[in-house]
Amino acid sequence: MAEAPEETVVHDELKFANDSKMTARDVSVYYGAKKAVDRVSIDVDSHFVTAFIGPSGCGKSTFLRCFNRMNDTIDIARVEGDIQLDGENIYDTRMDVVQLRARVGMVFQKPNPFPKSIYENIAYGPRIHGIADSKSDMDRIVETSLTRAGLWNEVKDRLDESGTALSGGQQQRLCIARAIAVDPEVILMDEPCSALDPIATAKVEELIDELRGRYAIVIVTHNMQQAARVSQRTAFFHLGNLVEYGPTEEIFTNPRADRTRDYITGRFG
Amino acid sequence: MSSAVPQDEQIGRGPTAWHSEAMRRRVRRRYARERRFRALGLLALTIAAGFLAFLLITIVSDGWRGFQRAEVAVEVDFDPARLGLSEADLQGPNAQAMLNRANFRALVRDAASEQYGSATMLSNGAWLSVRDEVRGDPELLGQTKRLWLVAAPYVDLLAKGHIDFDMPPERRGVSAEQISDYRQLRSADAVRLGFNSGFLRKANSTNSELAGVWGAFVGSVLTILVTLAISFPIGVMTAIYLEEYAPKNRVTDIIEVSINNLAAVPSIIFGLLGLAVFLNFFGMPRSAPVVGGLTLALMTLPVIVISARVALQSVPPSIKDAALGIGASRLQVITHHVLPVALPGILTGTIIGISRALGETAPLLLIGMRAFVSDIPGGVTQPATVLPVQIFLWSDEVGRGFVEKTSAAIMVLLAVLLAMNGVAIYLRNKFERRW
Repeated sequence: MAEAPEETVVHDELKFANDSKMTARDVSVYYGAKKAVDRVSIDVDSHFVTAFIGPSGCGKSTFLRCFNRMNDTIDIARVEGDIQLDGENIYDTRMDVVQLRARVGMVFQKPNPFPKSIYENIAYGPRIHGIADSKSDMDRIVETSLTRAGLWNEVKDRLDESGTALSGGQQQRLCIARAIAVDPEVILMDEPCSALDPIATAKVEELIDELRGRYAIVIVTHNMQQAARVSQRTAFFHLGNLVEYGPTEEIFTNPRADRTRDYITGRFG
Repeated sequence: MSSAVPQDEQIGRGPTAWHSEAMRRRVRRRYARERRFRALGLLALTIAAGFLAFLLITIVSDGWRGFQRAEVAVEVDFDPARLGLSEADLQGPNAQAMLNRANFRALVRDAASEQYGSATMLSNGAWLSVRDEVRGDPELLGQTKRLWLVAAPYVDLLAKGHIDFDMPPERRGVSAEQISDYRQLRSADAVRLGFNSGFLRKANSTNSELAGVWGAFVGSVLTILVTLAISFPIGVMTAIYLEEYAPKNRVTDIIEVSINNLAAVPSIIFGLLGLAVFLNFFGMPRSAPVVGGLTLALMTLPVIVISARVALQSVPPSIKDAALGIGASRLQVITHHVLPVALPGILTGTIIGISRALGETAPLLLIGMRAFVSDIPGGVTQPATVLPVQIFLWSDEVGRGFVEKTSAAIMVLLAVLLAMNGVAIYLRNKFERRW
């Protein structure tokens, strides 16, 4: 991939957007010598759900993990380029990565609640960031977060039980509640439904729709129907490049790049 | 696989003959092989269990006598004049000093001589328990009491039936007079086998009937505490650093290989190291638990580092991701999430390492812990010995009475090790988390 990437097709509606929460400019990610993401630029809108789609190994998850610097935890990963959150460069040395990850929350592919009580799972984030002032304040945060995640009615009588005792779908919603407990500005979701059954998936998708507007949401998915259902903005990645970025409806009904069209119509991927 | 392709052409040959004689034979052979494999496993298990049972039976059948001792009944007259003690002395502030000065030895010897013509059937240390009687109950002064006192080794041997009367007298180890003395005591009903409480309360002695394991036990505890205090924090911190912080490069690889090699170094080498470093270079006290503990800590460290690393590696990365993703710092990830999950594994590995250190003899011989110590050590810098070394020393003793002491001490050591393993299992179950 030494040659310049093909020009990214950005739909006009997104070109002059001035409501972006996060902006990435010429971001490349290397794993050792291998280039996994190649000079990607994108703006993430604060009021919409943005979906990253593309075939396996196209770099969409790797790129997502740049937004909260989770790639820092991988020894051989190296990130180039510039990512800003509200105009602040998150790769700046003055940026505190611990605070960044509270502001930019993350939900992972496999539900990963802490092996602690449900209450403790939610309370952990606010506690380490010193957000709650008192026990009653913490109780309120736990209730609000679980309510927003649509889990309160299911777990309110067993907050002392282990978070790992919940079903897979409930665990994933618990992880979303855990992420929103620290009141983030952006939530990154890395294939949040790939380990869930269709009913649990529907619940999580419903939840994403409810959270839209309150948080900027970026979701990585390899399920095109899911992208079509939950997102308003879609970015198509292929071989480390951002091929096309536009309103979801446009991407699925009227893709402009050939590669996007081939992928949408199921010719590869 | 389209059905249009004829069956026999699918893989270029005819259909597999599942019911042919050759196939049946193959299946039969496969089952027979399976049965033989299982039988072999069962055989191995039986042999291992047999050896273990043989070991335990030998030790217990020899050793349980070590918890018993022969006692001789003596009528002791606590005559204040002969002891040089008055009741006022025992009430006063110097009671202990007065007691220590009083001649109980003569009192007991005379009492036995009056009753049995001599005092040879009593142990040299029998008077000690008489003094303890008075210490416990000063009212005894001026009274007469029948006391069961520790018997001499020959009485012990005869009472426990260790003497073979068919052997020629010169090889029997017990003279004819001693046998007749013993028979006289028996007929007077003045001999019994009692529980040897001194064995669990006293330190080593040159007299087998007075020797105990408590001194060695305390020495072992002090040594192991030093070992634990040094090797656990250093080992766990090393493991955490290597697992969570160290860059993956050549230096780290070399350190890793070195640690693995250290775990395989024979323990006696660590003894030489302890001798050279702690005794000769730092001039620490010889035979002291502090030196033994440091030496064993060197030996235990690699084991703890390796097992702690394995435990840390087994923590699911998804938990670390979850904590990092919510904005936990590296230290918070380790202390709040990684360590609690890894703790059972770390503790199990530590206890295995410590158990090994507890049973270690060779390195301690080199740093002087084989000295004869008749006091119970009061601190880590005082001379002490440890259980396995005590066993080694007693197995070397010529006195017949030490044979059963050796086995009894082995039983104590095994009990301690079993208790430690029990603690390991308990801790593992207590801290284990399921998901």
